[in-house]
Amino acid sequence: MKSLVGLWEKNKMDDKEKKQDSLYVKLIPYFEKYGILLLLVIMILVMHILQPDVFLSWRNVTNVFKQISWQSMLALGVFMVIVTAGIDLSVGSIMMLSLMILAIVAKAGAPWFIVVLVPLFAGFLCGLINGLGITLLRMPHPFIMTLGTLYIFRGTGNLISGGTPISGFTDEVRYLGHGRIDLTWLGLEKSQYLPVSLVLIAFVYFVFWVFLNHSRTGKWIYAIGGNPSAARASGINVNKILIIVYSLCGFLSGIGALILAGRTDSGYPNAGLQSELDAIAACIIGGASFFGGRGTVLGVFAGVMIMGILRNGLNLMDVSSFWQQVLIGSIIVLAVYVDVLRRDFGTRK
Amino acid sequence: MTSTNKLLLEAKGITKYFGTITALENVNLKVHEGECLGVVGDNGAGKSTLMKVLSGLYKPSAGALFFEGKEHVLDSPKDSQNLGLEMVYQDLALAGNLPIGENIFLGREPTKNIGFLKFLDFKKIQEMTSAHLEKLKINVKSADQKVEELSGGQRQAVAIARSTAFNAKVVIMDEPTAALAIKEVGKVLDLINKLKSTGVGVIVISHRMDDIFTVCDRVMALFQGTNFAESQLDKTSRDEVIGWIMGKK
Repeated sequence: MKSLVGLWEKNKMDDKEKKQDSLYVKLIPYFEKYGILLLLVIMILVMHILQPDVFLSWRNVTNVFKQISWQSMLALGVFMVIVTAGIDLSVGSIMMLSLMILAIVAKAGAPWFIVVLVPLFAGFLCGLINGLGITLLRMPHPFIMTLGTLYIFRGTGNLISGGTPISGFTDEVRYLGHGRIDLTWLGLEKSQYLPVSLVLIAFVYFVFWVFLNHSRTGKWIYAIGGNPSAARASGINVNKILIIVYSLCGFLSGIGALILAGRTDSGYPNAGLQSELDAIAACIIGGASFFGGRGTVLGVFAGVMIMGILRNGLNLMDVSSFWQQVLIGSIIVLAVYVDVLRRDFGTRK
Repeated sequence: MTSTNKLLLEAKGITKYFGTITALENVNLKVHEGECLGVVGDNGAGKSTLMKVLSGLYKPSAGALFFEGKEHVLDSPKDSQNLGLEMVYQDLALAGNLPIGENIFLGREPTKNIGFLKFLDFKKIQEMTSAHLEKLKINVKSADQKVEELSGGQRQAVAIARSTAFNAKVVIMDEPTAALAIKEVGKVLDLINKLKSTGVGVIVISHRMDDIFTVCDRVMALFQGTNFAESQLDKTSRDEVIGWIMGKK
């Protein structure tokens, strides 16, 4: 009798263990999806504790968003490319070329709506060139094509501008990068405004979230990253989708140029120098996999925010920018290592 | 039985070069309604290349494809799918990062329109997937499971489910049992017999004589990219077919 009770107890224990196990297993996908947001929240808390008066002040928070505004556009573009298991090294140069074209068109006295549309169109065309090169010229890897255009686009930007800055745009042109949405009607102070660029980030990220998750083309972008031959065998025109992806990436870089024009009021030769690496870093930190098919728009946003907050917080604490480099590099390596562990754990080999 | 049934697919004089390599030379193939054709041959005999030509993935260098008596030029797998010709690839051609349902309907996802925008209809995908898996008696935890989380046999089942989701008339299977446990082999062969009974023409590429002699009605052998031998199954033997594979008549 005693042993029967013992057996019963043991069974109950086993059941309990199983339950815990399954709960743990159930939590994994959530952790995969939202773990990066957790990291972001922790970082915000740490920064707040370290800089309680400044960090979460209205002024500083809007500052962070203004600083990440154009990088977030490049990162989103590069993210889509990375989902297809590709890479775009030319986004910084596309942004610079679009910015220079914008500046030249503005100086030529074109009406503001033309000046605003020109960088978007230029960015799109640059991306289209990348896409056509990768597919039609059958480059062995997008790395090579976009490494080439990294030089070509920046060189072209310098050629058309003579390598000198061109400054002074009208308020309409600067609106997206520099505009403020007054919130005094909410009873807030005049200094507590909403940067237009923040609204723009939210809008663009939302549109691309819908595109990637709820459209066929978006699903096919993920499928191409997951298994390009499966996508091809399913009748998906892989080359067409790749051209669309690189063109959109260029287009987003064009939006970045427009924002940067607003922020700096100037087209300058060093614009976006090395920003392609920042964009890639943000994607990687945000959980995108270089092997393609993995990553979320929300993750990229978190990646951009983490880099922005890290820079901002370290600046506030007067930490040398050399340490910032070391820290950002370490976070990249750490983030990818977590990704490696996650893949080991979640995938049958 | 086969000669009286309607001819579904015919390939005439298919030749395929890759650069200077001749993968296929003047190969002919026929498949009728409700018939299973076994294609055998050694590695490099051109079996997979032939199947990729049939599915529109490769364009033949010469030769023509006839579907239900009419000549068709296939520019992409989409064209062959539109004709009702489906392929189950040896490497399974599934995207591991996507769920089962989205793999089954990949490239042909149902959408719902909101204004002029088309959005994926996830609910419909799930319903259709569950119904289809049910019909084929394929057991998985849920249609939302990612394919990379499945076992080899389950993946094969998903690949076959994918090929038959849209009323296929001809299904081509490249080594359908190669990576499976013995228990799962039987299930797949049952599935092939089921497809045949509904009038589907099946082409099976296999190294396994057991498979060929269980489900096929006719067998043809390729040798170094050419038609080598062909016979009704009841007029040949395992030993003879194995001889063909090695190039002996």
